[in-house]
Amino acid sequence: MPVIHKSYHVTKNDFIHAGEASIHVKNLLKSLNYDSDLVRRVAICGYEAEMNLVMHGGDGELSVDVSQSKVVIEVTDKGPGIADVELAMQEGYSTAKDEYREMGFGAGMGLPNIKKNSDEMTISSEPGSGTHVTMVFFCKG
Amino acid sequence: MKLSEIARILESEFLTGENKKDVDFHYCRGCDLMSDVLAAFADGSVFLTGLVTIQAVRTASISGAGAIVFVRNKKPSADIVALAREEDIPLLVTPLTMFVSCGRLYEGGLTGVNGNR
Repeated sequence: MPVIHKSYHVTKNDFIHAGEASIHVKNLLKSLNYDSDLVRRVAICGYEAEMNLVMHGGDGELSVDVSQSKVVIEVTDKGPGIADVELAMQEGYSTAKDEYREMGFGAGMGLPNIKKNSDEMTISSEPGSGTHVTMVFFCKG
Repeated sequence: MKLSEIARILESEFLTGENKKDVDFHYCRGCDLMSDVLAAFADGSVFLTGLVTIQAVRTASISGAGAIVFVRNKKPSADIVALAREEDIPLLVTPLTMFVSCGRLYEGGLTGVNGNR
Protein backbone atom coordinates (compact mmCIF):
# COMPACT_ATOMS: atom_id res chain seq x y z
CA MET A 1 0.00 0.00 0.00
CA PRO A 2 1.43 3.42 -0.91
CA VAL A 3 1.79 5.97 1.87
CA ILE A 4 -1.16 8.35 1.99
CA HIS A 5 -0.22 11.89 2.98
CA LYS A 6 -2.71 14.52 4.10
CA SER A 7 -2.05 17.98 5.44
CA TYR A 8 -4.40 20.42 7.16
CA HIS A 9 -4.05 24.05 8.13
CA VAL A 10 -5.34 24.88 11.61
CA THR A 11 -6.19 28.49 12.45
CA LYS A 12 -5.68 30.15 15.83
CA ASN A 13 -8.89 30.77 17.80
CA ASP A 14 -11.04 29.00 15.18
CA PHE A 15 -13.20 26.92 17.51
CA ILE A 16 -15.86 26.43 14.89
CA HIS A 17 -13.65 24.35 12.61
CA ALA A 18 -11.30 22.88 15.22
CA GLY A 19 -11.50 19.11 15.06
CA GLU A 20 -12.48 18.87 11.40
CA ALA A 21 -9.04 17.57 10.41
CA SER A 22 -9.13 14.82 13.04
CA ILE A 23 -12.62 13.72 12.05
CA HIS A 24 -11.44 13.65 8.41
CA VAL A 25 -8.47 11.46 9.40
CA LYS A 26 -10.73 9.22 11.48
CA ASN A 27 -13.10 8.71 8.54
CA LEU A 28 -10.15 8.05 6.20
CA LEU A 29 -8.76 5.32 8.48
CA LYS A 30 -12.20 3.79 8.95
CA SER A 31 -12.70 3.68 5.18
CA LEU A 32 -9.36 1.85 4.90
CA ASN A 33 -10.55 -0.69 7.52
CA TYR A 34 -7.90 0.09 10.13
CA ASP A 35 -8.40 -1.43 13.58
CA SER A 36 -11.07 0.52 15.50
CA ASP A 37 -8.85 0.92 18.57
CA LEU A 38 -6.09 2.48 16.44
CA VAL A 39 -8.60 4.73 14.68
CA ARG A 40 -9.91 5.97 18.02
CA ARG A 41 -6.42 6.62 19.42
CA VAL A 42 -5.34 8.52 16.30
CA ALA A 43 -8.52 10.61 16.35
CA ILE A 44 -8.18 11.51 20.03
CA CYS A 45 -4.53 12.52 19.69
CA GLY A 46 -5.17 14.50 16.52
CA TYR A 47 -8.08 16.29 18.11
CA GLU A 48 -6.16 17.21 21.26
CA ALA A 49 -3.31 18.47 19.08
CA GLU A 50 -5.70 20.51 16.96
CA MET A 51 -7.20 22.11 20.06
CA ASN A 52 -3.71 22.93 21.31
CA LEU A 53 -2.99 24.67 18.00
CA VAL A 54 -6.23 26.65 18.21
CA MET A 55 -5.69 27.65 21.85
CA HIS A 56 -1.95 28.08 22.12
CA GLY A 57 -0.08 27.56 18.91
CA GLY A 58 -1.13 30.26 16.58
CA ASP A 59 -1.67 29.08 13.04
CA GLY A 60 -0.18 25.68 12.41
CA GLU A 61 -0.17 22.53 10.31
CA LEU A 62 -1.33 19.02 11.10
CA SER A 63 -0.12 16.36 8.70
CA VAL A 64 -0.71 12.64 8.66
CA ASP A 65 1.10 9.81 6.89
CA VAL A 66 -0.79 6.54 6.67
CA SER A 67 1.01 3.34 5.72
CA GLN A 68 0.30 -0.33 6.22
CA SER A 69 2.44 -0.57 9.35
CA LYS A 70 1.86 2.77 11.07
CA VAL A 71 0.15 6.13 11.19
CA VAL A 72 2.27 9.21 11.89
CA ILE A 73 0.86 12.61 12.82
CA GLU A 74 3.07 15.69 12.84
CA VAL A 75 1.92 19.00 14.26
CA THR A 76 3.92 22.17 13.78
CA ASP A 77 3.14 25.71 14.82
CA LYS A 78 4.78 29.09 14.93
CA GLY A 79 3.30 30.01 18.30
CA PRO A 80 5.03 31.22 21.44
CA GLY A 81 6.52 27.81 22.22
CA ILE A 82 6.58 26.01 25.57
CA ALA A 83 8.95 27.27 28.25
CA ASP A 84 9.01 24.03 30.27
CA VAL A 85 8.02 20.96 28.25
CA GLU A 86 8.34 18.61 31.22
CA LEU A 87 5.90 20.76 33.20
CA ALA A 88 3.51 20.99 30.24
CA MET A 89 3.39 17.19 30.07
CA GLN A 90 2.05 16.98 33.63
CA GLU A 91 -1.67 16.32 33.87
CA GLY A 92 -3.49 19.39 35.16
CA TYR A 93 -0.86 21.95 34.20
CA SER A 94 -2.28 24.54 31.83
CA THR A 95 -1.72 28.08 30.66
CA ALA A 96 -5.08 28.23 28.86
CA LYS A 97 -7.25 31.31 29.13
CA ASP A 98 -10.58 31.15 30.99
CA GLU A 99 -12.52 31.44 27.71
CA TYR A 100 -11.02 28.12 26.57
CA ARG A 101 -11.81 26.46 29.89
CA GLU A 102 -15.41 27.59 29.58
CA MET A 103 -15.55 25.64 26.33
CA GLY A 104 -14.46 22.44 28.05
CA PHE A 105 -10.78 22.53 27.13
CA GLY A 106 -7.61 23.91 28.64
CA ALA A 107 -7.61 21.68 31.71
CA GLY A 108 -4.05 20.53 31.20
CA MET A 109 -4.96 17.13 29.80
CA GLY A 110 -4.18 17.55 26.10
CA LEU A 111 -0.52 16.55 26.01
CA PRO A 112 -0.96 13.80 28.65
CA ASN A 113 -3.87 12.39 26.61
CA ILE A 114 -1.67 12.39 23.51
CA LYS A 115 1.13 10.59 25.38
CA LYS A 116 -1.31 8.03 26.76
CA ASN A 117 -2.96 7.23 23.42
CA SER A 118 0.05 7.22 21.08
CA ASP A 119 2.71 4.50 20.81
CA GLU A 120 5.51 7.06 20.46
CA MET A 121 5.44 10.78 21.08
CA THR A 122 8.15 13.37 20.74
CA ILE A 123 7.82 17.06 21.45
CA SER A 124 10.30 19.82 20.82
CA SER A 125 9.76 23.44 21.65
CA GLU A 126 11.61 26.60 22.49
CA PRO A 127 10.08 29.86 23.67
CA GLY A 128 9.64 32.09 20.65
CA SER A 129 10.20 29.40 18.04
CA GLY A 130 7.04 27.32 18.07
CA THR A 131 6.37 23.69 18.86
CA HIS A 132 6.70 20.43 16.94
CA VAL A 133 4.92 17.27 18.06
CA THR A 134 5.25 13.86 16.41
CA MET A 135 2.93 10.96 17.26
CA VAL A 136 3.34 7.43 15.97
CA PHE A 137 0.70 4.68 16.07
CA PHE A 138 1.72 1.15 15.10
CA CYS A 139 -0.75 -1.14 13.40
CA LYS A 140 -1.33 -4.55 14.95
CA GLY A 141 -0.03 -7.59 13.15
CA MET B 1 -31.37 0.38 27.72
CA LYS B 2 -32.79 1.48 24.39
CA LEU B 3 -32.38 5.12 23.39
CA SER B 4 -36.16 5.48 23.28
CA GLU B 5 -36.27 4.45 26.97
CA ILE B 6 -33.49 6.91 27.82
CA ALA B 7 -35.51 9.64 26.09
CA ARG B 8 -38.62 8.69 28.06
CA ILE B 9 -36.83 8.55 31.43
CA LEU B 10 -35.23 11.94 30.80
CA GLU B 11 -38.46 13.50 29.51
CA SER B 12 -36.42 14.57 26.53
CA GLU B 13 -37.06 15.33 22.89
CA PHE B 14 -35.05 14.21 19.88
CA LEU B 15 -33.48 16.98 17.82
CA THR B 16 -31.98 14.45 15.43
CA GLY B 17 -31.30 10.72 15.35
CA GLU B 18 -34.74 9.35 16.22
CA ASN B 19 -34.04 6.57 13.71
CA LYS B 20 -31.62 5.18 16.33
CA LYS B 21 -34.23 4.93 19.09
CA ASP B 22 -33.87 1.14 19.21
CA VAL B 23 -30.08 1.20 19.72
CA ASP B 24 -29.02 -0.24 23.11
CA PHE B 25 -26.86 1.74 25.51
CA HIS B 26 -25.02 0.33 28.53
CA TYR B 27 -22.86 3.22 29.72
CA CYS B 28 -23.34 6.86 30.60
CA ARG B 29 -21.03 9.80 31.09
CA GLY B 30 -22.05 13.20 32.46
CA CYS B 31 -19.32 15.73 31.78
CA ASP B 32 -18.64 19.30 30.72
CA LEU B 33 -14.90 18.86 30.38
CA MET B 34 -14.15 17.66 26.87
CA SER B 35 -10.61 16.47 27.64
CA ASP B 36 -12.06 14.22 30.36
CA VAL B 37 -14.39 12.73 27.77
CA LEU B 38 -11.44 12.14 25.44
CA ALA B 39 -9.42 10.50 28.22
CA ALA B 40 -11.46 7.27 28.03
CA PHE B 41 -13.10 5.40 25.19
CA ALA B 42 -16.85 5.58 25.28
CA ASP B 43 -18.27 3.16 22.75
CA GLY B 44 -21.91 2.42 23.44
CA SER B 45 -22.30 5.31 25.85
CA VAL B 46 -24.74 8.16 26.15
CA PHE B 47 -23.01 11.47 26.77
CA LEU B 48 -24.77 14.01 29.03
CA THR B 49 -23.46 17.55 28.98
CA GLY B 50 -24.45 21.12 29.69
CA LEU B 51 -21.86 22.40 27.26
CA VAL B 52 -23.75 23.26 24.11
CA THR B 53 -21.01 23.81 21.55
CA ILE B 54 -20.01 22.34 18.23
CA GLN B 55 -17.01 20.83 20.04
CA ALA B 56 -19.33 18.74 22.21
CA VAL B 57 -20.49 16.98 19.03
CA ARG B 58 -16.94 16.55 17.70
CA THR B 59 -15.82 15.23 21.10
CA ALA B 60 -18.68 12.73 21.08
CA SER B 61 -17.78 11.62 17.56
CA ILE B 62 -14.11 11.18 18.35
CA SER B 63 -14.62 9.44 21.69
CA GLY B 64 -17.20 7.06 20.22
CA ALA B 65 -20.21 8.23 22.21
CA GLY B 66 -23.42 6.97 20.64
CA ALA B 67 -25.77 9.78 21.66
CA ILE B 68 -25.68 13.24 23.26
CA VAL B 69 -28.19 14.64 25.74
CA PHE B 70 -28.03 18.36 26.50
CA VAL B 71 -29.24 18.94 30.07
CA ARG B 72 -31.04 21.90 31.68
CA ASN B 73 -33.08 22.47 28.54
CA LYS B 74 -30.13 23.93 26.66
CA LYS B 75 -31.05 24.16 23.00
CA PRO B 76 -28.24 23.88 20.44
CA SER B 77 -28.01 26.10 17.38
CA ALA B 78 -28.90 24.80 13.93
CA ASP B 79 -25.25 24.24 12.95
CA ILE B 80 -24.71 22.00 16.00
CA VAL B 81 -27.76 19.92 15.12
CA ALA B 82 -26.59 19.75 11.49
CA LEU B 83 -23.16 18.47 12.53
CA ALA B 84 -24.73 15.81 14.78
CA ARG B 85 -26.89 14.71 11.85
CA GLU B 86 -23.82 14.58 9.60
CA GLU B 87 -21.92 12.54 12.22
CA ASP B 88 -24.97 10.30 12.69
CA ILE B 89 -25.13 11.00 16.43
CA PRO B 90 -28.60 11.33 18.01
CA LEU B 91 -29.11 14.62 19.84
CA LEU B 92 -31.62 15.01 22.67
CA VAL B 93 -32.55 17.82 25.05
CA THR B 94 -33.86 17.25 28.57
CA PRO B 95 -35.30 19.84 30.97
CA LEU B 96 -33.70 17.92 33.85
CA THR B 97 -30.45 18.88 35.55
CA MET B 98 -27.25 16.88 35.13
CA PHE B 99 -27.64 15.43 38.66
CA VAL B 100 -31.20 14.25 38.18
CA SER B 101 -30.52 12.97 34.66
CA CYS B 102 -27.58 10.87 35.85
CA GLY B 103 -29.59 9.63 38.82
CA ARG B 104 -32.47 8.46 36.68
CA LEU B 105 -30.21 6.66 34.21
CA TYR B 106 -28.27 5.04 37.07
CA GLU B 107 -31.54 3.85 38.56
CA GLY B 108 -32.45 2.50 35.13
CA GLY B 109 -29.35 0.29 35.09
CA LEU B 110 -26.72 2.22 33.16
CA THR B 111 -23.12 2.18 34.42
CA GLY B 112 -20.22 4.59 34.09
CA VAL B 113 -18.04 4.19 31.00
CA ASN B 114 -15.62 2.10 33.07
CA GLY B 115 -18.46 -0.26 34.00
CA ASN B 116 -18.65 0.92 37.62
CA ARG B 117 -21.87 1.49 39.55
